[in-house]
Amino acid sequence: MTTGTGKSRLIEDMKMNSGQDPNGCYQCGKCSAACPVSAALDLKPHQVLRYLQMGLEDELAESKTPWVCASCFTCAARCPRDIDLARVMEGLRLSILRNRGGNKFGPAELTPEQLEKLPQQALVSGFRKYNK
Amino acid sequence: MSAALNETAAGWEPLIVSFCCNWCSYAGGDLAGTSRMSYPANVKVIRVPCSGRMNPLFVLRAFQRGADGVLVAGCHPGDCHYTSGNYQSRRRLSAFKRLVEFAGFEPERFEVRWISSSEGDKFAEEMTSMTEKIKALGPNRKMRDARWQSVTSKV
Amino acid sequence: MPRTGVFICHCGSNIAGTVDIDKTVEASRNFPGVVHADEYRYLCSEMGQDIITKAIKENDLDRVVVGTCSPRMHENTFRKAAAEAGLNPYLLEVANIREHCSWVHKDMEEATPKAIALLRAAAAKAALNEALEAPRLDVEKRALVIGGGIAGIQAALDIAEAGYVVDIVEKDPSIGGRMAQLEKTFPTLDCSACILTPKMVEAAQHPNINLLTYSEVDEVKGFVGQFDVKIKQKARYVDPVKCTGCGICWEKCPSKASSEFEMGLAKRKSIYVPFAQAVPMVPVIDRDSCLYFRKGRCQICEQECPPQAIDYEQQDEIIERRYGAIVVATGFDQLDPTIYGEYGYGQHPDILTGLEFERIFNASGPTGGKVVKLSDGKPPKKVVFIQCIGSRDKARGMNYCSKICCMYTAKQAILLKEKVPDAKSYVFYIDVRTGGKGYEEFQRRAAEEYDVAYMRGQVGKIFPEDDHLVVRGIDSLTNRNIEIKADMVVLAAATVARADAPEVGRLVGINSDSYHFFNEAHPKLKPVETHTAGIFIAGACQAPKDIPETVSQASAAAVKAIGLLSKEKLQGEACTAEVIQSECSGCLNCEAICPYTAITPVEIEERYKDGVLKRTVAEVNPALCQGCGSCAVTCRSGSINLKGFSNDQIMAEVDAICLQR
Repeated sequence: MTTGTGKSRLIEDMKMNSGQDPNGCYQCGKCSAACPVSAALDLKPHQVLRYLQMGLEDELAESKTPWVCASCFTCAARCPRDIDLARVMEGLRLSILRNRGGNKFGPAELTPEQLEKLPQQALVSGFRKYNK
Repeated sequence: MSAALNETAAGWEPLIVSFCCNWCSYAGGDLAGTSRMSYPANVKVIRVPCSGRMNPLFVLRAFQRGADGVLVAGCHPGDCHYTSGNYQSRRRLSAFKRLVEFAGFEPERFEVRWISSSEGDKFAEEMTSMTEKIKALGPNRKMRDARWQSVTSKV
Repeated sequence: MPRTGVFICHCGSNIAGTVDIDKTVEASRNFPGVVHADEYRYLCSEMGQDIITKAIKENDLDRVVVGTCSPRMHENTFRKAAAEAGLNPYLLEVANIREHCSWVHKDMEEATPKAIALLRAAAAKAALNEALEAPRLDVEKRALVIGGGIAGIQAALDIAEAGYVVDIVEKDPSIGGRMAQLEKTFPTLDCSACILTPKMVEAAQHPNINLLTYSEVDEVKGFVGQFDVKIKQKARYVDPVKCTGCGICWEKCPSKASSEFEMGLAKRKSIYVPFAQAVPMVPVIDRDSCLYFRKGRCQICEQECPPQAIDYEQQDEIIERRYGAIVVATGFDQLDPTIYGEYGYGQHPDILTGLEFERIFNASGPTGGKVVKLSDGKPPKKVVFIQCIGSRDKARGMNYCSKICCMYTAKQAILLKEKVPDAKSYVFYIDVRTGGKGYEEFQRRAAEEYDVAYMRGQVGKIFPEDDHLVVRGIDSLTNRNIEIKADMVVLAAATVARADAPEVGRLVGINSDSYHFFNEAHPKLKPVETHTAGIFIAGACQAPKDIPETVSQASAAAVKAIGLLSKEKLQGEACTAEVIQSECSGCLNCEAICPYTAITPVEIEERYKDGVLKRTVAEVNPALCQGCGSCAVTCRSGSINLKGFSNDQIMAEVDAICLQR
């Protein structure tokens, strides 16, 4: 296993869209102890944070954990370091999706009329959902 | 003739007056010296017991007398030797800075910094960057009192 | 016009290497008021000081400016030299031409004019200097120790041994504090009571120590050397002079209440001593549960008391005393873990805190020293200890490490194995912290010789199932989820400041950190002093700490108090604020801003037309004022000045420095 070096795009993305900083974690494992789906995870929640700290981007992208996470927020409620791990998981899911490929369509492909009438929120989620 | 009277004269050097609290920033300045760091001689330090002693009038006086920049330095918030002096100065001087700006004076000429007695390097850095900033800004024309100059030119 | 002398030091080549001394001396001669200027290689030497004293006398100087190193270095040296020549020492000013000039500038062309500017400023300030007198303050040769735990006892014993009278104020009916509640102490496993009770007795019997138990400090006024303190001695309803401590009253008392000393795990009587070795051995009546006080009947204690010591009419008493020094040693509390719903504390009798478990071991505790479950009285076979309950927790608890839990958990696991040999212990930890003499070895013994399973990880959930408690945790070294069917769970709840610490801090006038632990004056070099002169701190009221550290700190605080009490007079601050009362508008903004409560309103009488006008104005107590000068800035009418750093003096320095413009 190698430790990540430099800035990882995936991890920087995750930090930005979750607003969480994995460096706050001191690996007590309370999240993993409390997680109801812990048994089904290939990386336990505290390991996800450790991998994030070490910049192990590829291992995270390959892990099932972010997709098995049920977003029950128990981890976030238990964390003594005030890290919202459920948000980290959601951030990871988003970042992984975004980093996998471009959008199915972008703003340039829409007519000015569509751009004007469609709500911003719908446009943004549309770009993301209909991934190529 | 003093240098500031002819601002276009080559080699104009700004004058920075720095008010430092005795316990942290002045001691930080001492440490900068003991560590043989260097910063421009444009900076002259006046020792005050606490940044809370800083009456905004002292700052105005310096500008009126032709100082080009004023830097007040005190202990970091929470570390005041007198418990709360720097909290007082933080409120007073930030209000004062906005007043100075409102009055049409360049607010960049007046700065407040927290420098502890162990931050000799920070002391030297702040003094250097303040001097550079004021050099770029040029001489203090707006608040200088011309009558004072006529007095000093005779000395 | 003043007669100022300027003296410039070469400091070997330290100053002379970058500052042109001759030019500087010449320039100094032209400063207003300067009648004499001189230089010397080392002004701080005996010879150098002689030059200054001689020149003062020969030239009749009334102001002195020295251009030397930082005033923080040698200001006192030169002030003494000036005083030797008969000059008031505050008429001397230092221009810092070494640290602030020659050492930070390389070029003589640069450093010399700056040195001249600094000297000019010092001379301009000196011209306005006034002769100042530092106030000489009396010292009351008596100390007050607040808190009768091991810290307070140790501090009081040390002060008393040095020959000063000490009063210990303890809010509980007995001294002893937290240490009295402990079973054995790490890492030596001494019995806590066996080492503490002799000290309690020694304190009680010491001719220089007065115990004021069941008492609280009500008010602290005054300042270093002369603190005027009001102490409220709560009514015990028992005459301590008559009482022999025979124990018949609490034996016969029919009503009960939860025992504070037993952490609520047992009952005590309504007339009680908190524990068997209490000092003084004089009970108190708890009004809230006493039948007589609640319903007006019973009075069994009064009837049964052989020396007739019961006195239901007793009232709270206020004792007023003056002290020279105060040691604050108010100790700690344990965090209440009910905030962690996942641990189920309070929902099940077998989920305990560390301090509660301590009582389970104790021979005089709720189980008579038998280590059994409180639910069914059977010995526990599987005990799970969980560390960092509320410590290192910035989300719901305290952000700091409680320091003692790793060690007392190891101790409790060892004691458990000794009392219940077939018991198995598990310790969930995040990090094991064993800084201290013999500590690491002790903790390793728990793991290696006492079969304590250390699991690196935390517990996420505890819930009862059948006759046991299910503990769900993780071992983060194997990344496996762990489930333990435990008989008992012990939570190492965080050490926190006493609930009334903010109030105590306000009362005595010392500040605390964001967790309400009292602040020391300097984290390294003044660990027992506070920012308020004459008030010292010791023990866990400053931060979590173990017994040896507490005792060391208590002795250190005692030494500081003794040093203060041994002085005939105290020298106050000379550079204090001064109100020009004729100009004061009486707005008292200064009173609110003063961190030392040195400013108080006074009423003055002024002649006005034909009559007399009474006005409220501010007054500064020079004994309390530390000279920060905040009041002088906040004063709307500009009628407060700070001696030694007056508005005029600072303006004069500004003008002198700006003269180059």
